[in-house]
Amino acid sequence: MNDLLTLLGVVIVIVGFALKLDAILIITISLIVTALVGGLGIDGMLEVLGTSFVNNRGMTIFILIMLATGTLERNGLKESAATFIQRFKNVSASVIVAIYGVFRMIMAAFNVSFGGVAGFVRPIIYPMTLGTLESKGLEPTPEYEEELKGMSSAMENICWFFGQVLFIGGPGGLLVQSTLKGLGYDVSLATLAMYEIPVAITALIVACVYFFWKDKQLMKKIYGNTKKEAK
Amino acid sequence: MAFFTDSTILLADKLLEVLYIVMGLIVMYTGVKNLTDQTNQKRIGTAVFWIILGVILAFGRWIPAQVNGLLVLLMTIPAIAKRVGKGESRLPSKEYMQNMSEKLGLKVFIPAFAIGIFAIVFALFTNLGALVGVGMGVLVAIISLMVLSSDNKPVTFLNDAADMLGTVGPLSMLPMLLASLGAVFTSAGVGEVISSGVKQVIPEGNVVLGIIVYAIGMVLFTMIMGNAFAAITVMTVGIGGPFVLAYGANPALVGMLALTCGYCGTLLTPMAANFNIVPVAMLEMKNKYGVIKNQVFIALFMLVFQIVYMILFR
Repeated sequence: MNDLLTLLGVVIVIVGFALKLDAILIITISLIVTALVGGLGIDGMLEVLGTSFVNNRGMTIFILIMLATGTLERNGLKESAATFIQRFKNVSASVIVAIYGVFRMIMAAFNVSFGGVAGFVRPIIYPMTLGTLESKGLEPTPEYEEELKGMSSAMENICWFFGQVLFIGGPGGLLVQSTLKGLGYDVSLATLAMYEIPVAITALIVACVYFFWKDKQLMKKIYGNTKKEAK
Repeated sequence: MAFFTDSTILLADKLLEVLYIVMGLIVMYTGVKNLTDQTNQKRIGTAVFWIILGVILAFGRWIPAQVNGLLVLLMTIPAIAKRVGKGESRLPSKEYMQNMSEKLGLKVFIPAFAIGIFAIVFALFTNLGALVGVGMGVLVAIISLMVLSSDNKPVTFLNDAADMLGTVGPLSMLPMLLASLGAVFTSAGVGEVISSGVKQVIPEGNVVLGIIVYAIGMVLFTMIMGNAFAAITVMTVGIGGPFVLAYGANPALVGMLALTCGYCGTLLTPMAANFNIVPVAMLEMKNKYGVIKNQVFIALFMLVFQIVYMILFR
């Protein structure tokens, strides 16, 4: 029974995040509860917390990176990225989504962000996919618009998630490194990133192929006959 | 000072400590700047949060562990009380950024790539480590931005960083707090308790089954919590360590892929609202799950791919 009490902290984390309570509050409470029921006592808890926080200062490397990224935005990083992507014209919508995916993943691997859906997909990528329709003389239908929005957002998420783990010194790798260290395994950040290369490439290829296929099906379904006339 | 003159301490560690002092100073600067920022409604709490964090970062090595622990707890108070905010952003106008983009064009990607490239080069070819490489890359990025435009003065970088830090806010500390939570879990024996329970399900020494349970557990936990970072701490201490790594599986491969298995869960859950629900609103989509729907096939495919990858190369 005493053993099961130790899991109270885990329950707090699961329930807390599921209820969308403040994340820092959940973690702090879970930490205190686990330390107390696990027999660490207040002194032991402060000791573990202090030691671990200081040992994990590497995770705050993003603060140093912000020294450059804030000013990069000031110097038109996002606008230049948009200019670059807008070079690709006269292709189908799914090709725009795929080109964005490739570009996005490479950038994510270098830890460069363009502001996600709000900053980039909505103002640039989604209008571009619509533009490909108009250039073919097709009217976007509400159904097709909805799918284009879904595909562009999904591409953004997939490439950001699986691309960012390629950046050596990214938060994911640092957290895994420190978790493993707590269990007695020392691993380097470069090794962690290296193992993710096949995963990232596969994710990118699968996403591109899937959306390409899906777009083709949609085109056939929605524009089946008009497409030939337009050409 | 003794730390920096001690010849038995590696250069890599000394350089890293210099980076922490620089980061601590940036964070303290953010705190002081917010304290004097009349447009910030939550000046005091904001300043307390960032200044304490800055002190831990810069001087944590020389502060006793228990005092550090106390400082961390103190730091969370204004964050939990929602007393950490930011003032008006001083971002330049759209026109300014458009002009800079026209002037610099693709050259702006040189400093953007510098950080990643230096991290890779330092990690692979020096003994200084990836983080020192990131630091060097940032320095190169700053210098090249100063060369590209005379508008970029040292204080510009500092203010832009403080602005960004304010925007991200206390949640930026989530990975560090989760890592500390993991450390407390480990010391309190949470791993042993979970593993004695899971032992009933997974036969001892069956690493393949262990990997599958670890990976699917990551997906389910992440779907419930909406956060793979919180899941990796609990799952690795409880299942990954005792049922997979203890039997000699490659910790770097299995540990890292477990996190991206968790990301498959993030792709599938409305709990990860920032990625899956907020975009629906921003793009004015009709189907609340329109983004998730487009991710289901890819997430499931990637989960199977990663499980096979872990089993084959463990």
